[in-house]
This record gives sequence, C-alpha cells and structure tokens, in this order.
Amino acid sequence: MAKVLSFLTATRGKGRLHWTDWVSYGYLIFGVFLMFGPVVWLLLSSFKTPNELDRFPPRFLPYAQETLVVDGYDEPLLAFVVTEGELEGQTVGQTRRAAGRSEVVSPSNPTERVRLTTDQLEPIEGIAFATENYTQLFERFNFLKFFWNSTFITVTATVLMLLFNSMAAFALSKYEFRGRTTVLLLVIGTLMIPQTVVLVPLFLIVTELGMFNSLWGVIIPGAATPTGVFLLRQYMITIPDEILDAARMDKASEWKIFWRIILPLSAPAIAVLAILAIMWRWNDFLWPLIVLTRTENFTLQLALNSFQGELQTDWPSLLAMTVLTLLPIAAVFMFLQKYIATGIASTGGK
Amino acid sequence: MARIELRNVQKSYGAAEVIKGIDLDIQHGDFCVFVGPSGCGKSTLLRMISGLEPISGGDIVIGEEVVNDIPAADRGLAMVFQSYALYPHMTVRQNLSFGLENLNTARAEIDSKVGEVAKMLQIEQLLDRRPKDLSGGQRQRVAIGRAVVREPRVFLFDEPLSNLDAELRVDMRGEITQLHRRLQNTMIYVTHDQVEAMTMADKIAVLRLGELEQFGRPLDLYNRPKNIFVAGFIGSPKMNFLKGTVSADDVNVVDLETGDALRLPEGRFNQVAGQDVSVGVRPNHLSIVSDGSIKVTVKSVEQLGGEAYVYAALSNDQSFTLHMPGQIGAQIGETLSLSADGDHMHLFDTASGDSLRAD
Repeated sequence: MAKVLSFLTATRGKGRLHWTDWVSYGYLIFGVFLMFGPVVWLLLSSFKTPNELDRFPPRFLPYAQETLVVDGYDEPLLAFVVTEGELEGQTVGQTRRAAGRSEVVSPSNPTERVRLTTDQLEPIEGIAFATENYTQLFERFNFLKFFWNSTFITVTATVLMLLFNSMAAFALSKYEFRGRTTVLLLVIGTLMIPQTVVLVPLFLIVTELGMFNSLWGVIIPGAATPTGVFLLRQYMITIPDEILDAARMDKASEWKIFWRIILPLSAPAIAVLAILAIMWRWNDFLWPLIVLTRTENFTLQLALNSFQGELQTDWPSLLAMTVLTLLPIAAVFMFLQKYIATGIASTGGK
Repeated sequence: MARIELRNVQKSYGAAEVIKGIDLDIQHGDFCVFVGPSGCGKSTLLRMISGLEPISGGDIVIGEEVVNDIPAADRGLAMVFQSYALYPHMTVRQNLSFGLENLNTARAEIDSKVGEVAKMLQIEQLLDRRPKDLSGGQRQRVAIGRAVVREPRVFLFDEPLSNLDAELRVDMRGEITQLHRRLQNTMIYVTHDQVEAMTMADKIAVLRLGELEQFGRPLDLYNRPKNIFVAGFIGSPKMNFLKGTVSADDVNVVDLETGDALRLPEGRFNQVAGQDVSVGVRPNHLSIVSDGSIKVTVKSVEQLGGEAYVYAALSNDQSFTLHMPGQIGAQIGETLSLSADGDHMHLFDTASGDSLRAD
C-alpha cells in the first residue's frame, strides 16, 4: 500500500514541484476525468428518479424530494418549505396541485388545507438513491433471463472459439502441408471483408440451418475468427519445434502434443484472445439483433435497446441495466488485465 | 539387440540431395559418433534414424526390422536435443515421467524409475524445479535423464554439449561415456567437434556433403585416413599438407611446390611418376634439423611450457603448423628447417583426394 502511495505521488522535483510535475499530473488527472467521468456520471444517473433525470440543468448527485407522513393521509405527501406568506419557514405536505396552485397541509395542523401558489413553495430535497431502478429490473423485466442468455452466449462462444482457433493455429504453425500458405492467406483475407457485407448470406445460412431465434445462431457463426487464428499462430510459431520432436520421441500422440504441450505453452496468447472474445461476445449487438427476435432470447444488449422506444425511453431502467451490463466485463478485465500486457508483449514483440 | 544398419539411405529436399546414399552398420552396444563440418548432413541423418525426418530412399534397419515406415514414437529410441527441448511448463519430475505416462506405465513404477534415474544423474534435488530455474549443465542432465528413464534400445544425441561452456563440456563428455559404459546401449552421437568424437567414440563416421567419407575406430581414422578430408578433419592441430609432383626420375621423391625435394619411405605408397600428390604430415611428427627438406618461416609461437606450437608459412605462403614437446627457442621471422618422420607420413592423390597407401 505504501508502495502504491509513493508511486502515485512520485514527483520529479525534490521538496517542491518541478514544472514537469504540474504538466504530467495535469495531463494524468485530465485523462482520469476523461476516462472515468462518463462512467461515474452513468453510475450516479442510474440512481436518479425519472423526474431528476429530466431536470435541467442536471445535477451531479441523485436528489429526491423528501416526503412527509401527515395524519389523515394514507400516502406520504411531498414535502415543501414555504418561502413567503404567513406560513413562511414551515414545512408542509402537498395534497393536490393544479394550474400553478398547490393545496398543502401542515403536519402540526392536518385538518386545515391551505392554498398557495407554487412560487411560494420550495421543495425539500435530499440525496437519495433510487434503488427501485434496479429492483424493478428484476420485477418488471426478466433481467436474469437476459443475463443468462448473454452469459451462455459469451461463455460457450469463447470456449468454442479458443478451441477451434487454437487447433487451426496449431496446424498452420507446426505442420508442413501443401497449401498451408494459401490457407493462411485465405484466413487473413477474410479480415478484409466487412461483416456488413456477409450479414445477409450469413443470415440465410443460419435460417436454413434452423438456428434462427436460437442462441446457437449467435454462437456458431462467431466460433472461428481470423484474428484469433492469426494471433495464436504467430505465438505458436515461437514455440521451438524441438520440444514437439521431443514429445514425439516420448511417444506422445499429436493430440496429446496439442493438449499437453502446445496449449499450456500458448497460455499468454490464449488469455489475450479469451479477453478479446469475451468482450466481443458480451458487447455484440448487431448480429444478435438480427438473429434473436423473441424477448426470451434477448441478450442484455438487446434488452437495453428495447428500453429505447420510438416515443419514449425508459431511462432509469436503461441506465441501471447498463451499469449491471458493465460490471461483469469490468470484473473480467480486472482479473485478466495482467495477461493482456504480457500477452501483447510476447505476441506483438516477435 | 539393437544393431542399426543403414542401406543406401538417401534424403533430398526437392532437387537438393542432402544425404547421398549412406551405408553404415552400427553394432549393438557401440558408441558411434557422426562427425563432420556444419551442413554435412549429420543431424539430418540422425533425425532420419529417429524417424522425425522421413527418408527419400534406402532402408533403415533397427534390430532386425526395417523401420522406414514406423513413426518415431514406435522405434524405441530416445533422443537428446541440442537445445535440450525440455518442456518448459513442467517440473523436472513431470519432464522425466511424460514419456512413461505415454506408455501407460503404472504410477508407482514411474515414480521408482524417475527416482532411480534422478539418483544416477544426481538431479534428485532438482525434481520439483522448472527448466528455467536450472543451469545449462543441469538442464543437460535432465535431458539425458528423460532419454534414459524410458530404457530405449538406442540413444541418439544431437550435439548435446554445444551449448555448454568448455569446462562443463569436458565434464559432461566424461559422464556420457560413463553412462554408455553402465547402460551398454547402442548410442549415436552427432558433433562437429572432432575432439569429442575422438575421446568418446567406439566408431566414428566422418561425413561430408551428405556422403560417408570414412567409418572406423578413432585411431584407425587418425593413423590411416582414407582421404585428404578425413586426414585434415581428424586430429588437432590439423595435418599439414605439402603439394608436389612425384619425380620422373625416382618415384620415392616428391618435388614440392616450394622447390624442395622430399623423400618418401619406400614401398608404402602406390604412387606413379609424374602424379600430382599431397604429402600429409601431422604437426607432431616433425623435427627441427639442420638440413631438412621442409623450410618454413615462423609467423607466431605459442609456448605452453610443457609443449609449444609454431605457426609458420611455407615459401608458397601455405600455412604450416609445428607441435613440439617442451619449450622452443624459435623467433618470429626465423626460418626453420624441418624433417618429417617417414613412418607417419601420408600421401594423397591431389586430384581425387584419396590416400595412396599401399596396404
């Protein structure tokens, strides 16, 4: 902890700040603001009530009007403080409101209703987190179903992708066969074809195979990626052939060489690809939007989209679900980020 | 029995012939060394025997069986690689047991065999370490251990000592020789270092450009080289060659390019008058005399106390080495007059390079 602190407060100047300290800290703080500002804004907004979200100018922290329980009224009343007139300074509860006038009662005298103009009233507000934004995701929407769909697609697609890409990369990096370069060029060549071009043919194939409106229709077309094959191949090339020869002399089958030698030695590259795959699948929007049309098959991204209607947008639910969608990917990133650095260093360096 | 026989074994990559038909018979229990300059095909030949490299022609026989189409795993051989090729993600123990696991050996048996081999190679305390935590010599032992533990019929070594420093190389040389004596297996060892070949081998196969130049016992190769290449390759420092023509008047006299005449021992060589020949004399078979037929100018002198090396040049600028016991008073620039020991003289046909020995 002390190390972290001394790292974070390191300066060039000894005793007093050098001008480079001002520049670098200024730049870094600006960067932090730029990166985390929107995320913090999203997080705080997800706890705001619909009224607060519509408010202009917006406020940073989530505020909500406080309420009063007044005898004789079943529901809590919105609390105001009276700013002028004979009741000035008193806290009152609003019972009705119409055409710029409010009917209020004082908690000390619940039977007497007083009519005041709205500019005589100042709402009492306090910081309050509208957690109902989150709870209603579970009550009104089938959040867990969407979450399960997203998780199932992400996990299955990532596992399949790692398996098939690493097998292809193994063959392309460690076996000599006629047409190897051609195959590799074809694989890399597909990188040059934008996904939008193949969207329609891919959709037709998926429909023909009966995978329309099925999670497998999202998983299978993404199981082989040229990026993944190329990334893993470049890494596997650096594994010395002599190790494979040694394993062959040790009576290991080619399958065993793949599982016991190649895969463990490619772990850094596989970790990088796993992170990429998880991010791709989790954040994927266009293809699931095309394949999955029934609500029970929606992924989180599709559910988020469905909150945004033509006439109105359910901002509280949208923001709350966005936060929940971000959390798993952020967690994956935190746990695996050290592999990204080592993986990129070892795959890109060669 | 693990006799290895190569019958006209060939290898070519497209039009490039790498191994041009080699016949070799290695007896059971022999320590055979393949030696030659780099690019001579010795490692390729070893990989062909191992089965890692397919052959383009001929037959390889191990025991009594032709193994041309048998994959490496099923030939019952073990190999030690130049880079050791240990599995970097496994501990030493896992490295040693991997081969046995693939043979479906029982766990208890694996443990006892690994323990035995580790004890023999003194790597017991390293069993739980990974290869990256080992020194070069330790890795070498583990690599040998991995080969030994499977009790193969034949051991193949592919330049196993070339990554070690000079001192360690001498130690490991001794250990591998001891290992051979203890296991009594057939071993094939590839090296480019003729000192390793001379010190370790029962039989040496000298290879050049994919062809077998000579196969025999180390001292036979040293004493009776079949051709000028083997003569120059075996022995350190290298043999000196004096070019000349057999005199028309007397077949026992060679008129050297330097203008001098050298007398050959009578009846030892099949030379004919007028033939272009090269006389081979090892640096230690020379003596300084007052009226020798070989005149050299001293270029540099290395005095080691117990012995001395003189690097000199003939009058036609060809280099010439002299190895003398004891200490020598030669000065740089001085001209020495040398005579060659007739019993240890070699004679080769310059055009073909073949030895002209009569017997």
